[in-house]
Amino acid sequence: MSKAGMAQFQQVFIEESLEGLDTMEASLLALDEGGDAELVHGIFRAAHSIKGGAATFGFPEMSAFTHEAESLLDEIRGGRRAIDGGIVELLLRVVDCLRGMFARAQAGEPLNDELADGLRRELAALMGRAEPVAAPAQAAAAQAGAWRIDFRPRPGMLAGGNDPLRLFRELAALGELAVVADLDRLPPLDRLEPTECHLGWRLELRGEATREAVAAVFDWVEDECELAIEPLAAVPAPAVPGASDSPSAPAAPAGRAAREGGAESGSVRVATDKIDGLINLVGELVITQSMLDTFREGVDASRLALLEQGLAQLARHTRELQESVMGIRMLPIASVFNRFPRMVRDLGRKLDKQVRLELAGEQTELDKTVLEKIGDPLVHLVRNAIDHGLETPARRRAAGKPEAGTLRLEAFHRGGSIVVEVADDGAGLDRAAILAKAVQRGLVAADAVLDDEAVAELIFQPGFSTAAVATDLSGRGVGMDVVRRNVAELGGSVVVRSEPGRGSTFTITLPLTLAIIDGLTATVGNERYIVPLVSIVESVQLQAEAVRAVVGGGELFRFRGDYLPVIRLHEMFGCDGAVREVERGLMIVVEADGGRVGLFVDGLAGQQQAVVKSLEDHYRRVPGVSGATILSDGSVALIVDVAGLVRLQGRRRAA
Amino acid sequence: MAKILAVDDSASMRGMVSFTLRGAGHEVSEAENGELALDAARGERFDLVLADVNMPVMDGIAMVRELRALDAYKGVPILMLTTESHADKKMEGKAAGATGWLVKPFDPEQLLATVRRVLG
Repeated sequence: MSKAGMAQFQQVFIEESLEGLDTMEASLLALDEGGDAELVHGIFRAAHSIKGGAATFGFPEMSAFTHEAESLLDEIRGGRRAIDGGIVELLLRVVDCLRGMFARAQAGEPLNDELADGLRRELAALMGRAEPVAAPAQAAAAQAGAWRIDFRPRPGMLAGGNDPLRLFRELAALGELAVVADLDRLPPLDRLEPTECHLGWRLELRGEATREAVAAVFDWVEDECELAIEPLAAVPAPAVPGASDSPSAPAAPAGRAAREGGAESGSVRVATDKIDGLINLVGELVITQSMLDTFREGVDASRLALLEQGLAQLARHTRELQESVMGIRMLPIASVFNRFPRMVRDLGRKLDKQVRLELAGEQTELDKTVLEKIGDPLVHLVRNAIDHGLETPARRRAAGKPEAGTLRLEAFHRGGSIVVEVADDGAGLDRAAILAKAVQRGLVAADAVLDDEAVAELIFQPGFSTAAVATDLSGRGVGMDVVRRNVAELGGSVVVRSEPGRGSTFTITLPLTLAIIDGLTATVGNERYIVPLVSIVESVQLQAEAVRAVVGGGELFRFRGDYLPVIRLHEMFGCDGAVREVERGLMIVVEADGGRVGLFVDGLAGQQQAVVKSLEDHYRRVPGVSGATILSDGSVALIVDVAGLVRLQGRRRAA
Repeated sequence: MAKILAVDDSASMRGMVSFTLRGAGHEVSEAENGELALDAARGERFDLVLADVNMPVMDGIAMVRELRALDAYKGVPILMLTTESHADKKMEGKAAGATGWLVKPFDPEQLLATVRRVLG
């Protein structure tokens, strides 16, 4: 096989093995919580596949390592060893170690490290061996010569697919073969069963074949025949040049396959029914197209209804096709959720807290890009919930709660969005501590009066942390502000709801896809801009006096008791012919990153779905613009990056 | 050219086997467990079946047993793809009706040599 061919399957092997490791991990955790023995079989199968695949695809070290774990699992599977917390712990470390090996395999680095060597020794020691099993020594060179072979198959051998003729052909390849049939056991014709074998054979093989080579020919039928292989000592063996290559002799060991294939896999595994759906839709589209094609010759009034029908069909199929194609990028959030049982277990142990993890809505599908980027924010929220949210068992008991805290991760659809919630039943946000910290940090004035919502918002401020002693878990210099920014980069938002003594719930709202946004088309002079619907709070028409210039530049207007900064899009983007008088234009109040600003535009030209085209790919990054789209008349409109504008505004004010 | 059915729950192993055999001019179908393999085998007759032992849903041993019970598969070569460490599986497979085995890990040349061995 070509190197590229092998590398392709090596990549598939790595991907499926990583999935297998996820399964192993989940099953080990379930076992730890008293899951049934059937789980062991699944774990064994995963390890077994990795061992076999690793050897096949050029990772002998990984194969040898996994072999140790597999042996242990085999003992458990066979009931020769009871599984306990210690073994689960050890096997979880094996899973981690293998993940590391795969990462190094993809990076083209040596697979073994001290961790792997240590674990291997630990596994061997557990199974009562001082050292890991060494590779079996090569058998000593065997004696070659001539052989007499008595071969009598059992009657049923043919049904098993083994044809004596094949065996003789293989023997003939080893030397000079003489065959004599033995008809002793042939029944009379009326009792002869034609599908059975009643013959026996006496064979003489002269040449340089070893006993092993001869026996190897019969390896598949040993149990289905009477076989005797004796040296044909008395007879001198005539040399048969070029006939000594055994077809069954072991070939060269599998060569190390090319380490090609990038570390990042850009591929998506798609369920077959999704593809079938697409093919079906494309078929429909083709039919509609050919139907509309009949109007090429011209449209007369009598066929107008048909044309309308065709266009309606086209619209429907296009929309369905769009949804289906989007669906291909959609993957269940389970792949992200699945990492949490392990993490929660480890964290709980480390912090001496009892945590019961509930997962719900694992099958909710997210865009692949969103899925890849939502992991870190979720990890942070989960860490925070266990570290700061949930109380110690003693404190929970004192508060009249069950000792084990509950952490619930749930994903679901709401409208056109995906919602992911991280909820704990811990102590809730500590209002006093947050306020004190905010005052100390100069985020709010000491005498400020804030409602609960405003206090909760404070934790999303940069550099905010209330833990008196930064633990090594949450105190990583990453705060909730980063979570909010990460989520905002995905076009989403995060809010927290908290009740003292009852717990906190963080709610992340994400768009279904990043490829299409719902937006309002705003006109500014001769240009049109798309403002994402998710960030729009309200549009208002203001009187001239509602907008006031501020000392040092900039303008403010009053909106629901707040003063919001004004961003005039025509100034921002330098548009000609735009409306300048406040009372003739429109103020779109937008919100992002917890800040609100007013975007001043000429007016609105309707709502539409915009297919996002990257500006960076075609031009360069432009502040305040997240991308571009093509409008129905073929012209280009820029998509306003609301979060970027809000940040820009903040910086301008700070300057 | 022969019609071959490759049965393995591992996509990489299946891919490697099919790729190698197709390269040698064979027509290869794939199945990812014993049950799906049986469905495929009932639909058309293969000249050779290569099956992994350890698979979810229906393992290779059970598959061989059921396959051999079909009239169309009496005498058709069925090879188990098995690992060295499970010598007992070879015999279990044989008892269920397998023709022989190919020991994992194998490389494309070994696979082709074994296939030549049974197909002549």
